[in-house]
Amino acid sequence: MAKYIIKRVILAVVTVFVVATITFFLMNLVPGGPFITEKSISVQAQEALKEKFGLDKPLIVQYKNYMLSILQGDFGLSLRQRGRTVSDIIGSRFPISARLGGISMVVAVVIGVPLGSVAALNRGKWGDKVITVIATCGAAFPSFVICTVGMYIFGVHLGWLPTMGLTAPANYILPVFALSFYPMAYITRLMRSSMLDVIGQDYMRTARAKGLSQANRLFRQALRNAILPVITYVGPMLAYLLAGTFVVEKIFVIPGLGGQFVSSILNRDYTVIMGTTIFLATLVIVINALVDIAYKFIDPRVQLK
Amino acid sequence: MNNDYLVDIQDERLSFFTPAGEVKALGGVSMYVREGEVLGIVGESGSGKSVTAYSLMGLTAHPGKLVGGDLYFNGHHINGMNEREMRKMRGNEVSIIFQDPMTSLNPVYTIGRQIREVILLHTDKNRQQANDRARELLRLVGINEPDKRLKQYPHELSGGMRQRVMIAIALACEPKLLIADEPTTALDVTIQAQILELMMDLKKQLNMSIILITHDLGVVAGMCDRIAVMYAGKVVESGTTDEIFYNPSHEYTKGLLQSVPNLNDRDHKRLVPIEGLPVDMLNPPAGCPFAPRCRSCMKICLERMPEYTQLEGAHYSACWLLDKAKFESQGKAQS
Amino acid sequence: MTKKNPLSLQLKVEDFLPATDAEKQSLVQMRPGVSFWKDAMRRLSKNKVAMVSLAVIVIIMLFSFVVPSLYPYKYEQQVKGSENLYPLKYSQQEQARIDAGEKVFPHVLGTDDLGRDYAVRVMMGSRISLLVGLIASALILIIGSIYGAVAGFFGGWADMIMMRIVDIIYTVPDILMIILISFAISEPMKNLANQPGFHWIQTVGVNLISIFLVFALLYWVGMARIVRSQVLTLKQNEFVTAARALGASSGRIIGRHLLTNCIGILIVTTTLQIPSAIFTESFLSFLGLGVAIPMPSLGSLASDALNGLTSYPYRLLAPALLISLIILSFNLFGDGLRDAFDPKLKH
Repeated sequence: MAKYIIKRVILAVVTVFVVATITFFLMNLVPGGPFITEKSISVQAQEALKEKFGLDKPLIVQYKNYMLSILQGDFGLSLRQRGRTVSDIIGSRFPISARLGGISMVVAVVIGVPLGSVAALNRGKWGDKVITVIATCGAAFPSFVICTVGMYIFGVHLGWLPTMGLTAPANYILPVFALSFYPMAYITRLMRSSMLDVIGQDYMRTARAKGLSQANRLFRQALRNAILPVITYVGPMLAYLLAGTFVVEKIFVIPGLGGQFVSSILNRDYTVIMGTTIFLATLVIVINALVDIAYKFIDPRVQLK
Repeated sequence: MNNDYLVDIQDERLSFFTPAGEVKALGGVSMYVREGEVLGIVGESGSGKSVTAYSLMGLTAHPGKLVGGDLYFNGHHINGMNEREMRKMRGNEVSIIFQDPMTSLNPVYTIGRQIREVILLHTDKNRQQANDRARELLRLVGINEPDKRLKQYPHELSGGMRQRVMIAIALACEPKLLIADEPTTALDVTIQAQILELMMDLKKQLNMSIILITHDLGVVAGMCDRIAVMYAGKVVESGTTDEIFYNPSHEYTKGLLQSVPNLNDRDHKRLVPIEGLPVDMLNPPAGCPFAPRCRSCMKICLERMPEYTQLEGAHYSACWLLDKAKFESQGKAQS
Repeated sequence: MTKKNPLSLQLKVEDFLPATDAEKQSLVQMRPGVSFWKDAMRRLSKNKVAMVSLAVIVIIMLFSFVVPSLYPYKYEQQVKGSENLYPLKYSQQEQARIDAGEKVFPHVLGTDDLGRDYAVRVMMGSRISLLVGLIASALILIIGSIYGAVAGFFGGWADMIMMRIVDIIYTVPDILMIILISFAISEPMKNLANQPGFHWIQTVGVNLISIFLVFALLYWVGMARIVRSQVLTLKQNEFVTAARALGASSGRIIGRHLLTNCIGILIVTTTLQIPSAIFTESFLSFLGLGVAIPMPSLGSLASDALNGLTSYPYRLLAPALLISLIILSFNLFGDGLRDAFDPKLKH
């Protein structure tokens, strides 16, 4: 286990390093720069700003300086938001996105897993048909559509729910609905097919032959096997949701990390782009590692290597 | 029902209602097992051997349904049992070992847990006692280091070892009847003999009856007291092992015996395969199901199902050739 | 066992005559051997849901690719004085022309703020969205399946390095890459479009090409992973050993034995990729990096409609529901294909 963790950590560091390097050079190759769009600044002032942030130096030197500073844990200052550090920006934005994304993921799992199981156990009956139709339609509405249509119906037309910001618990309803709908539908479908697969396995027949009750067979024998594909799906999805989704944040005016990231890319806020990229890459890697370890605990056949 | 019999199946009819139509898997199957007896059910895949045995435990897979006949176990009428009563019986009075030990154990739980489970369910032992019993069972089925094995997962054991665990689970509550559904088919030849020997050994110790389902005549010969030969959802011939082996009277049984290699034969006879394919169970023929593949097929065979002819004692066979012999001898007597 | 005297039945001597082979054969119903494709197609055509979805896809395609060229209005045509009309309403000028006895084609979905007929814009938008979905999915299918199959088949170091590359691409935030790549290639593309022989770039649109590029560069990793894990299991099978023993080349084994056996998964993943590509395009339109103005896509129409949501909700609902309908049809059709093609589900 210790050897595995060390291997995983080394691999993670290398991956983040490669991702950071690719991002750094690609970002600088793209035409445009952080200060060009500000027309109010004179050419001399632009040059002064560039010098201040070290952007006048050759790219390779900038790269070396940047990498050295992150090794010391310093992600630098934002180029466009005066006086704010990159860590401060991520620190203020990420919790907002993470809370919203985390709630959405929990909602999706808590609804999707039972729905999928119920559908599988009633295969071919009307309960299965209703659930399958809902899940299939659910997977067909992009969050984009759910956001806008949900906002129009409940926010504008009926006026029941707030459509902007995240000030009160009621504010969470529409964004969580929009964010969790697709994963919920997907998990339902996944759980249904995986449950059907497990029900047909020989060991389920053994369980029946032992005289175990249906509840026992479902909750003790089948669920633990059937949930494995869902876990594989939940990992990447959780990383995606925690990072914040640009569309949802833009439509509901939520000051999350997703929107912040997009605007920093559009503004060429190099330090914020780099910081956020490294942060998100680490997030993905950590969550994937946690999922692999969780997998190991649920399925003893899995070997961590 | 007959009180002498532990298992008494009378004219069982069972169909699978598939989208393509009704598949008549069993078309009037009758057989019985006495206490302490080993009955072999022989036939090729799809002949209904397993379906017959599973229906005894109420394990008929969806979309199969019992459509006729009566099944009795130990004096209980199984058709009339509800799921709860059936559950009490399963794993307790009747147990089963399946063909493939690699997939028959739940991969995410330890061996110990899977044995304890059935003990805790059917007896009033506590966890500690159940664990002791599990250890005792592993020893009984010849597994070394039972304490270590109890904590292992199925994937850490070999196929033969897993089948021993399956046997341990099946025997946990000392059942009256053990159904063994091709218990050795998936195992190496050397392991096969060990498992069969173990089963016979345990049968004597526990005085239980066994239904042994197999397509391997070699296996039945050494183990069974009586044999029922099934073809296309019907018992075509049944009798004691000796009767079936030394005096086979149904053409299918003869064919089966000729297709088995015999090391004692000095003259190296060629093995004779049975030509053709089994009938389509969606549209079973009116006559004898084996007729299209039968070398001695007669016109009547294609039109009507033969009745059972009693040969000697409990030896029955359903073949028009036997009727032909009687018809001819009667004709001679009349003339 | 029932005992009846069989001789009580009326039996005749003729009954015991040997049956001829022809008589025996008449009883044996041989199911005709059906090829894999024919069998799959037969099952697909029996699947009502899949057939209805296919019909919906065909109808939407007709409306996207054929109808706009026959339509009396063009998607970029601005009718002066007809701005912001509600559905089936006419402007004063058009009303005057109708009164004069002229026939004026109704604006089924009204017009937008520049006086463009909204119905034809929605049809045009669905054309773009479908194109993006289909081409992007084809790119993903080709790149992902080959990459995944090669990594899984050769294993060892090749697999290790190839999958680390996948991990890295997977770890890079996709938003970042989409935006940077679109920015990065837009200038060179525009220059290239001015070169002789490359004018087609102008017609297709620089942004559209960059969207395809993004898909080809980034989104195949999911497909590659799925195919690799399938190939890893499949290559353990005896038929691969058999093919190898018969001297089949690695390329033939991958193409002939491994990929054909993943066909169910390939089809399902591809049909599910179409909606996701359509969605990614609409997201780019949201950022202004999607299709070039005045060309519409369903995504850009929906995001434009957000501004006038209170007054013109149907401008949002029309493209939004059409996207959902397209995606739903592809999903259901994909499910039908999977059921028809997956040999493991064959009864």
